[in-house]
Amino acid sequence: MVYRGPYKVRVEEKDVPAIEHPGDAIVRVKLAAICGSDLHLYHGMMPDTRVGMTFGHEFIGVVEEIGSGVQNLKRGDRVMVPFNVFCGTCWFCARGLYSNCHNVNPNATAVGGIYGYSHTCGGYDGGQAEFVRVPFADVGPAVIPDWLDDEDAVLLTDALATGYFGAQLGEIAEGDVVVVFGAGPVGLFAAKSAWLMGAGRVIVVDHLENRLEKARSFAHAETYNFTEYDDIVVHLKKLTDHLGADVAIDAVGAEADGNLTQHVTSAKLKLQGGSPVALNWCIDSVRKGGTISVMGAYGPMFSAVKFGDAMNKGLTLRMNQCPVKRQWPRLFEHIRNGYLKPSDIVTHRIPLEHIAEGYHIFSAKLDGCIKPLIVPNAG
Amino acid sequence: MTYTSERPPIAESSDSLRARIPGWGADLDPKVRPSVPKLQWQEDKTGAHWEFPERQPEKWPRERSIEHEFLTPVFGTSCPPKGLSGALRRFSYRKYSEGRAAHWLLLLAADRVDAWESHLRSFATLRPDNPVTETGVLSEFTRHGFSSRAGKNRADVKHHLADPIIIAGPWVLAAGLAYSAARKLLRWRRG
Repeated sequence: MVYRGPYKVRVEEKDVPAIEHPGDAIVRVKLAAICGSDLHLYHGMMPDTRVGMTFGHEFIGVVEEIGSGVQNLKRGDRVMVPFNVFCGTCWFCARGLYSNCHNVNPNATAVGGIYGYSHTCGGYDGGQAEFVRVPFADVGPAVIPDWLDDEDAVLLTDALATGYFGAQLGEIAEGDVVVVFGAGPVGLFAAKSAWLMGAGRVIVVDHLENRLEKARSFAHAETYNFTEYDDIVVHLKKLTDHLGADVAIDAVGAEADGNLTQHVTSAKLKLQGGSPVALNWCIDSVRKGGTISVMGAYGPMFSAVKFGDAMNKGLTLRMNQCPVKRQWPRLFEHIRNGYLKPSDIVTHRIPLEHIAEGYHIFSAKLDGCIKPLIVPNAG
Repeated sequence: MTYTSERPPIAESSDSLRARIPGWGADLDPKVRPSVPKLQWQEDKTGAHWEFPERQPEKWPRERSIEHEFLTPVFGTSCPPKGLSGALRRFSYRKYSEGRAAHWLLLLAADRVDAWESHLRSFATLRPDNPVTETGVLSEFTRHGFSSRAGKNRADVKHHLADPIIIAGPWVLAAGLAYSAARKLLRWRRG
């Protein structure tokens, strides 16, 4: 898959990636996914997204080749690759901030390295392809346990790990009222994870009925369609005895709908790092002294965020890209215990050859699309 | 109620939630949450066996943020800068830090220039850009897209009128300008 400009992608033959560093591996992709944050690239919102780039930061595969310095993997290993590219030893990695690694992204210090996520995130080609270069193969990938199937594994490389991480950032305590904005894959997983952390009530807000239905059936959540209310913030206040939620989770990011001015200035004119409608709704609907968790992705430009209200309300704002590998051991336990079944949210399986159609249906959310997987060599 | 010191009650007790929701409370204790505490020292280095990584060879003058002291030891090599967009990108990286709006606005402008440069370049190849297949719009016919236009399950309903203008508009405009330029050229040649 290669990017051809906003709203355009196609399949092209590219050279098979080569080992460029002794720590690299080349992975033959078995399964990839399109992530909601790929849409920021697809819509041309992320700076330095170059024509010719291959997207895809959610993928699993089989090790095809290893560099001379690789000690922990061998050819033929079935591996899952976290979306973060990270070295394991810089100041940030040493403290568990794998998503903020300082040794992999020369293009920026504000963000780490991410596969297939523009040159702002290091200029690495991604996994919506047959082969992908995986730097620092000794630290990023993990061999997939035999009991874990491919579709569950690919969702652990970002969507599930990020949703679970988002719930952690909310610092949920027993009985807390948690409101999640966005019922996409990450929002669904965040809502599900909020229960694991002891939430007393989980509310999900979105504007697409099929996603809200999934939030009810998959994540046991109470749901509201914001298009049915004159002011969703007032409605949420009424629902919470006019106190507000204890924790608000922004699982939307830069593509937030619900305000035409924000949509035009961000999605169309690119004058903001994203439309912060969901983030502002978090600030408005959480109680004073509450916590906001942000793992919806925003571009690096400034956004019109209601920071004054956040300050006046004494809010705690926590946010980051998820350090995926740190989540895996605990998530493995939850999957084995039957608390989580990630692949339950998959709605579409699309051959790589049809990737342009995959992006269109995911972008427009047509055909009930919640999570599309991309299958190379599916014919 | 909120206007007194009492916390509003939750409709369901923890015991009831534990019985109803698989795994409820499994991570109730923050100590078992993997990213708590922040900045926790990672003893195992997740398998790294270096203090500072070996450096990847720099095959061309790789653009980098001026906030970095030097080129990072490992970097992506996806799309080296080229053409006018490449010049804009190199200028932006050389001149402005990430703290400056000019840095990001120049990069976004370079992205648009890149798209147009690449479209033009594609017309000189055996595989020119095809806005029909590359936008995936055919899925409107093959993957229930048309029927999705009704109901509340489609995200871009509000943009339906604007999107064709935004996507097709520049192509129609460019075709019109090309047609007009060709006519002027023919007239000029005829004297």
